[in-house]
Amino acid sequence: MSLLEKPYFLMPKGSAEMANSVNNTGVAALRRSPAEHLWTDFTVGSVAGERGVTLREVPFQTMVGIRVDPVSEAGVRLADVTGGLPVRCGEVTTGPAGVSVLWLGPDDFLAIAPGDAQDRLPGLLVAALGDGAGQVVDLSSNRTTFELSGPSARAVLEKSCAADLHPRSFAVGTAITTEVGKVPTPLWKTGEETFMLFPRASLADHLGRWLLDGLKEFASDRNPSWL
Amino acid sequence: MLLFTCPNCGPRNETEFHYGGQAHVPYPEHPDQLTDREWAEYLFYRENTKGIFAERWVHSTGCRQWFNMLRDTVSYDVKAVYRMGEQPPALAEPVSNQPTSISAPEGAKS
Repeated sequence: MSLLEKPYFLMPKGSAEMANSVNNTGVAALRRSPAEHLWTDFTVGSVAGERGVTLREVPFQTMVGIRVDPVSEAGVRLADVTGGLPVRCGEVTTGPAGVSVLWLGPDDFLAIAPGDAQDRLPGLLVAALGDGAGQVVDLSSNRTTFELSGPSARAVLEKSCAADLHPRSFAVGTAITTEVGKVPTPLWKTGEETFMLFPRASLADHLGRWLLDGLKEFASDRNPSWL
Repeated sequence: MLLFTCPNCGPRNETEFHYGGQAHVPYPEHPDQLTDREWAEYLFYRENTKGIFAERWVHSTGCRQWFNMLRDTVSYDVKAVYRMGEQPPALAEPVSNQPTSISAPEGAKS
């Protein structure tokens, strides 16, 4: 049976096909993350100090798109695997093995886990969905992850994101779907001064350069003349 | 910038939404029995309301769900937001895009 006929994550772990696909370390070493060419720029452009802000890419996270009615039996089975499904906009659930689930819509969720979960998590979720109505799709290559952190992180985002990012309406641990620099992206506040952005791979270059541009002003120790 | 209140996500900027035209246009019960003119009216004829208008919107960069809105086409004042399949809430002012009979355009064959 060829790879095209059967998604790799349906194959039993350790099977011959498996050994030749995701577990092939030679292939893994050849992977290029969508913003890898900007890593040096990110390091150089990041700002330290009390007005500091740091930008970095977290490559190759495992992401699984889940479409399911959360109160259906299949939804309950999927929630068992992920440690719950968020019920309203902004909510993020955290489960075992670093799995988090973001709310994208009433029946639309994005599970995010560390990269090493990619050969297990999608298969587990597909098995949990079973014959139930819905879908589970491995979207790990669809988006990459940017982490923007530091005292000025919110100021950088507020220049190009129209959503209200003030802590009173955007608390730690919430995630919304919005636009940053016209790039549609989920925006997840993981810490007081830490934000995660998930641009699609083809927009990662644009958003990376856009954010670099946004944090440039904080490298200057003088206050802007208009203050 | 207008602020729309998505029934799922709360207040968001107008630029996150896309317009879907007049709401509550019923699909014909027997589409195969319609004349060409009736079919064209179903497809293309819409009210051009001055005042409160029931219309569909989709929160395309947010939850990607459709919903209905009552909006004043003169002042752009959003009077109410309600989910798909629900009836428009009662307002002090009448909603003026309930289907009316449309006179035939000049030269149209019935």
